[in-house]
Amino acid sequence: MASRRLLLVVMVVLGLCQIGTAQSPTYGVGRAPTAEEIRAWDISISPTGKELPPGRGTAKEGAQLYVQKGCAGCHGRTGWGGRAPVLISSKISKDGPPVPANGMAGMAHEPPPCLAPCVNDANAMAIHSPFATVIWDYINRGMPIGKEGTLTPNEVYALTAFILYKNEVIKEGDVLDELSLPKVKMPNAAGFALPPEEWKHGRPRLQNYP
Amino acid sequence: MSSKRDRRGFLKNGAALATGLTVGAVRPASAQTPAASTPSKDIKELIAYGERSRFETAVRVSVGGRPSPDSFGLTFHVLAPLQDSFGIITPSSLFYTATHRGAFVPDINPREHRLMIHGMVDRPLTFSLDDLKRLPYVSRIHFVECLGNRANANHKTVQETHGLTSCAEWTGVPLSLLLKEAGVQNAASWIVAEGAEEVKGASSIPLAKAMDDCLVCYGQNGEMLRPQQGYPLRLMVPGFEGIYQIKYLRRIKVVDRYYMTYDDYGHINPDPKVAALTHQIGPKSVITFPSGGQQLPERGFYEISGLAWSGAGAIRKVEVSTDGGQTWKDAELRSPAYPMAHTRFGFHWNWDGRESVLMSRCTDELGTVQPTRADVAKFWNESPERSRVRGADNSVQPWKIASDGSVRNGLA
Ligand code: HEC
Repeated sequence: MASRRLLLVVMVVLGLCQIGTAQSPTYGVGRAPTAEEIRAWDISISPTGKELPPGRGTAKEGAQLYVQKGCAGCHGRTGWGGRAPVLISSKISKDGPPVPANGMAGMAHEPPPCLAPCVNDANAMAIHSPFATVIWDYINRGMPIGKEGTLTPNEVYALTAFILYKNEVIKEGDVLDELSLPKVKMPNAAGFALPPEEWKHGRPRLQNYP
Repeated sequence: MSSKRDRRGFLKNGAALATGLTVGAVRPASAQTPAASTPSKDIKELIAYGERSRFETAVRVSVGGRPSPDSFGLTFHVLAPLQDSFGIITPSSLFYTATHRGAFVPDINPREHRLMIHGMVDRPLTFSLDDLKRLPYVSRIHFVECLGNRANANHKTVQETHGLTSCAEWTGVPLSLLLKEAGVQNAASWIVAEGAEEVKGASSIPLAKAMDDCLVCYGQNGEMLRPQQGYPLRLMVPGFEGIYQIKYLRRIKVVDRYYMTYDDYGHINPDPKVAALTHQIGPKSVITFPSGGQQLPERGFYEISGLAWSGAGAIRKVEVSTDGGQTWKDAELRSPAYPMAHTRFGFHWNWDGRESVLMSRCTDELGTVQPTRADVAKFWNESPERSRVRGADNSVQPWKIASDGSVRNGLA
């Protein structure tokens, strides 16, 4: 294994990356990725959850990770009032007013950034996202900022459970895993219209729109 | 924060090397000072790679309220100075920049960058940049526009009202060619395209669009893409809102349903009509001279200049009104009208020194006419004061000329 890795490094350095055979049928360019390469890169999660890795987590575990992994430092102890977007609706949060987050002095006074679209109580992800998989996927690929991609599947399940529980979407004891996560009944499950799948060149966006 | 990030870049590279695939190391985007304030370079350097005259000062500015880089070091939305633009090509250094989630501009080594196509295909394929450059390519001129490009009454200049659009010549391989090489399976209906930056921004795109006119680009305006525009590889989805134009493109997964990535999620809407108006840009135009914040020194002749574009195809016609929309006259197209591209128009105007309201509206090759805000209100059955433009805002922009020659936002 180690020598194989060394060989790959050497090949990368030399720019000789023709590991598999050229596969593109017309031009004979490119190569076939190995199953392992595809697995390592494929972080897409469908709303059906079919790509979810095995694992499990609960809100209780998530509450600890929320502090340990630095989420609280940016999103606020209570999940709102931090520098980063609201994760727990302040209307639902029973934890009282935001506590100035540790290690980030002065931060609580800065208004949270208004993203496009603006994240507020009404569209905190747990409340607004039609699928729980979207939350899992985003935490897995994008959080915590600066250490993206370092959380284990169990940690992502637990953090997702914590955020869903705090927004009263699931119960504290509920276990989230690859089977239960896609089945979570989200409050905004019906809250989106599919973009036009039947896109056709030369068709107006919306008939009769001025 | 930067030490954390460097460490992460290191970790990521280590892991990537182990699999023989790698994305670039990452670096905070702090070195983005405007060109005007960088120390002047040695003449030798300038002969090697040119710079504009020190008397030219047009720069991008960030969208109000969120500086770029912001307090997290994330590059957020920055606006192109359309008031200073000529013709239809936005210089790469002034091209607007946006990311749904702010992103750190990654520092990608093109020799290590890979594009993987997989999912519902017969032959998953991985391409290096050198592989892609061996394949048949095209160069096309297309605009890009962010869905957040919405004028409001607080905006002062055309940079603020309309600066989240730019236009460039893009060079790359048709996505349809790559998908055919991979052999798309019958049941497939969408693709998910993903970038290599830290947040791995991804969008779901209908397969029909992917097979139609999308490009996997490495070239922009005759040179390699700029880092802020996706170096070394970006997807061009002509006419669709900016978030689809995946930068740092590293992966295309062919799938059989809409995936609702985080970036897709940011633009969901329960109303199918709004959803239909969200993904593709409608016919849109704006006068860039004279525009908000500018000053006409005296009465007399002025050549009104502006840009028109549509996500549905080429611009067929542009009209200009100098009386607030009561009468409209045809403007002249001053550039080729390419499909899904900025098109420059001009209009002779003699200012008589009286208060005037200038507007432009365009018609695209489908015959769709750019609406005024009043037209939009009528469609939604709302009073014009209370109405909002849903989806991508392509409404007509008024500029008010006061009798002293000052130009203000007509929405204010
Ligand atoms: C260094 C600051 C920082 C840390 C640490 C951090 N976040 Fe974030 N988070 C952000 C920012 C900033 C955004 C908004 C991103 C954008 O600009 O689009 C965000 C967005 C999110 C979102 C999406 C919110 C929405 O509605 O769009 C979720 C969910 C999230 N973070 C969860 C977490 C979790 C869980 C952790 C801990 C593992 C964490 N974050 C750690 C800064 C941080």
